[in-house]
Amino acid sequence: VLLSIICSPPQNYPLYIRSVPTENELKFHYTVHTSLDVVDEKISAMGKALVDQRELYLGLLYPTEDYKVYGYVTNSKVKFVMVVDSSNTALRDNEIRSMFRKLHNSYTDIMCNPFYNPGDRIQSRAFDNMVNSMMMQVC
Amino acid sequence: LPQITEVCGAKRVGYFGPAQFYLALKLIAAAQSGFPVRIESIKNELPLPRFPALKADSEAWYGTPAELQPGKFQLPHAALEKNSYKRTDEGDKQEAKSPSMSPMCSPPASPSAYQRVPLTYGYGKSRSGLEQQHGAPYEVRHSAHQQDGPGNYGAKPALACSALNQSLSVEQEQQDSSSHYSDDPWRITEEQRDYYINQFKSLQPDLSSFISGSVAKNFFTKSKLPIPELSHIWELSDVDCDGALTLPEFCAAFHLVVARKNGYQLPETLPETLLPEYLQAASLKPIHDCTLFGSYSEALPGAQQSRDFSRAEKTSAEEAPASSALLPDGKKDDKQALKGSAALKTIPKEFQHLTMKTVAQESNAHRARPRSRSYSSTSLEDAMKKGEEPPTPPPRPQKSHSRASSLDLNKIFQQNTQAVRSGWLPPPPPALPPRPSVSQTEQPSEVELHPQLNRAPAQAEENSPAKKEVVLAQPPSKPARRKLRTEAQGLETPELSPTVSVTSALPAAKTHLPVQKQPSKQKRAIQTAIRKNKEANAVLARLNSELQQQLKEVHKERIALETQLEQLRPVTVL
Repeated sequence: VLLSIICSPPQNYPLYIRSVPTENELKFHYTVHTSLDVVDEKISAMGKALVDQRELYLGLLYPTEDYKVYGYVTNSKVKFVMVVDSSNTALRDNEIRSMFRKLHNSYTDIMCNPFYNPGDRIQSRAFDNMVNSMMMQVC
Repeated sequence: LPQITEVCGAKRVGYFGPAQFYLALKLIAAAQSGFPVRIESIKNELPLPRFPALKADSEAWYGTPAELQPGKFQLPHAALEKNSYKRTDEGDKQEAKSPSMSPMCSPPASPSAYQRVPLTYGYGKSRSGLEQQHGAPYEVRHSAHQQDGPGNYGAKPALACSALNQSLSVEQEQQDSSSHYSDDPWRITEEQRDYYINQFKSLQPDLSSFISGSVAKNFFTKSKLPIPELSHIWELSDVDCDGALTLPEFCAAFHLVVARKNGYQLPETLPETLLPEYLQAASLKPIHDCTLFGSYSEALPGAQQSRDFSRAEKTSAEEAPASSALLPDGKKDDKQALKGSAALKTIPKEFQHLTMKTVAQESNAHRARPRSRSYSSTSLEDAMKKGEEPPTPPPRPQKSHSRASSLDLNKIFQQNTQAVRSGWLPPPPPALPPRPSVSQTEQPSEVELHPQLNRAPAQAEENSPAKKEVVLAQPPSKPARRKLRTEAQGLETPELSPTVSVTSALPAAKTHLPVQKQPSKQKRAIQTAIRKNKEANAVLARLNSELQQQLKEVHKERIALETQLEQLRPVTVL
């Protein structure tokens, strides 16, 4: 169970949403949106060190749902949020970090494309493939 | 869609005819009803001026829809490619190969194209009809093509066809990527590559530099493809994801745009043939070896092939395996060579005068063969040297070329294109001052080519046959680079008779060139030519050493075989 979302400032509307399980997606979306507030909070808290490479966000651990939400912010305030099911105990912090790094790399590749306007929904097939492969890896 | 076709047609006014024709064919396949009318009228003219007025056609290409005509050998090529694309396994290879191999079959393809035109999805049906018509046997189809073709082509094309067929059958056995040359819509033909390179230059004069993202975006937006598709194309082609396109990346992107406009679906991943490494090797060769190879490459492979089949001589046989061994993509070259030979025999393209020259040279080669055989040791070596030059040390000479004389080469390359395709391309900005000096060298080289060719039949000297062999053998090793051939000849002529040729060329150049050239520029041009000759000499020396090594190995093998024979002989005696 994995869901990843990319949101871009300033309005924090999602540029890209992808989840492996097709059910309960809305709940995940809701979770992600709520977590965005927490991410913003953390960003504003780190006033000095703007280089925020990685942020582990384990706060949203509902007793029933039991899943984790991870956040990641790039230098340009683009937020990546990942929701992972806690039943996947095999997921370690390093793996999450690597996944975010891959997401970040793919996102920069998309940015390099002159036909992509920042703020558009991400429709890159390469990006989709990367995300899918990542999710398959986890599940 | 008519807009697309108009755009394509208008845009491709500056194209090479074959590429445009190729595209037009694809557009036909993808187009709706309005489109065929235009193309039909264009195709109507196809059979008529095809053979006799090729020169006029090629020159009239520019600015007229008749530009589509010269690509006739591309027509079956493209048609078959399209066919192969639409039908994965229906003897695609056969058909795809036959047209690529038999440009003269293009006239038959044009009538078949007529049939195709009114159909959209019926395009595929007509394809099937085509296949059914021509039947399963490849040769039968080929002969059917020949029969359908206009009577312009006589026994020689048929011979060439048969030769090509044989070669094709040989080729078919080998499942190389090159065997899919005509099948593969993602393979960039030489004409297309040349056109892409020209477009690249129009955007960015330095061939080794990048096209920035915004520039490329504007350029590709002109193709009126939807933005998501362009975005996808960019993703595919910008392999290093740096936001800028190098020349091979640009060629790949352009090719994808072309393919998409013609109805091909974009692939998910970049096809092999469009990979920058692949294109780099291929595109750098024309750029850096433009000094050595030209339409010769087309003529010579064809000549070689016909030689192989008609005369099966050692020299050519040696050249063929050596050259194929030399090149990583030897099959591709053969195919191109075949295509080029077919083109030679039937349709000289924009380099029609060059191809005519190559035809003449080919005949000269045939005549000079007995002589050349005696000289084969030297001329072959020269040829192999030149042929091996790009493959064996590919990065070094190329880099040296790029670093040392990239600018000259680029200019020369462009000048070649300018001079050769002056009829159909809008001349590259003539404002560039260094160009005229280069064009001088180009003009003299081209001018000299003609007198050389004229002299060759008359002379029974070693120089011309040796040179011919050299030049002739070059293409087998190299893909078609006609401009390069002019350069090669231009370089060779200085080698043989530097002062005389240059001085003779200079007045000739002056007569030819309307623009006034200053003597200093001429000297500079001469110096650059001399420098290039020296580089070529160095490369040839390297090739010579390598060839000698090969010779030693062959000797060893021979000795081993002889010992084996001796061992076996006593057994038989007993």
